[in-house]
Amino acid sequence: MLETIGFWSLAVVLVGSALAVVLSKNLFHSVLWLALALTGTAGVFLLLEAEFLAAVQLLLYAGGIVTIVVFAIVVTERLVGERITQTNRRITAGAVTSLALIALVVHAISRQPLPTAREPLTTDLTRTIGEGILTRFVLPFELLGVLMLAAMLGAVYFARPED
Amino acid sequence: MGLQAYLILAAVVFGIGLFGVVTRRNTIGILLGIELMLNAVNINLVAFARFSGSEIGMIFTVFAICITVAEAAMGLAIVILLFRIRRTVMADHLDLLKG
Repeated sequence: MLETIGFWSLAVVLVGSALAVVLSKNLFHSVLWLALALTGTAGVFLLLEAEFLAAVQLLLYAGGIVTIVVFAIVVTERLVGERITQTNRRITAGAVTSLALIALVVHAISRQPLPTAREPLTTDLTRTIGEGILTRFVLPFELLGVLMLAAMLGAVYFARPED
Repeated sequence: MGLQAYLILAAVVFGIGLFGVVTRRNTIGILLGIELMLNAVNINLVAFARFSGSEIGMIFTVFAICITVAEAAMGLAIVILLFRIRRTVMADHLDLLKG
């Protein structure tokens, strides 16, 4: 019962803020709505009993991405506050495409026999994730570190001062 | 709530993100749409992992989140570089590769 209430309120928050992200006229407002959408996703993760992922989601997404997007907007947007068209002329085609995709996926999902209940957790999920990362998936984990380093170096290289 | 509800929620968020990617003129707006789409995929991964009783999907989600962050950092660095070269971030004015 509690899960049903939580799910529907999170669904309303998530879908509403996602719509605000794509429809908002001011890009800065879009980012703030995106922060709400990402926090709502963290709530969905909590609902699925993945506390560790909810924390990672909040730290990396809502903390990291929103901050750098705000920086990027402040650096590139000379026209903050002015009314410039934020959407192109393909708005009807875009809406039709998205609605068709949603309809297709929902149709496919509703045809499949999917589990309606989940088994209660027997182990500590955070512990399982940590053990998995450091034993079976240790090589991808190290590669992820290399990827992060490469991304950092690339970002520094692209954003270097003009000479 | 069954798995179906989570999957439909993720599908709706994915569709909204796709709408943003297709209709936004500003490159940063397009990146925000991509973030929404990746987010929906993460919801799917976690829901499937939780309902199938296997933790591997959750580990995959950790990787997916980290790769998304690297992608966003690179994307925004490219946007800033483009702004420096062309003084605009509107995607329909960025036609450097058109010849």
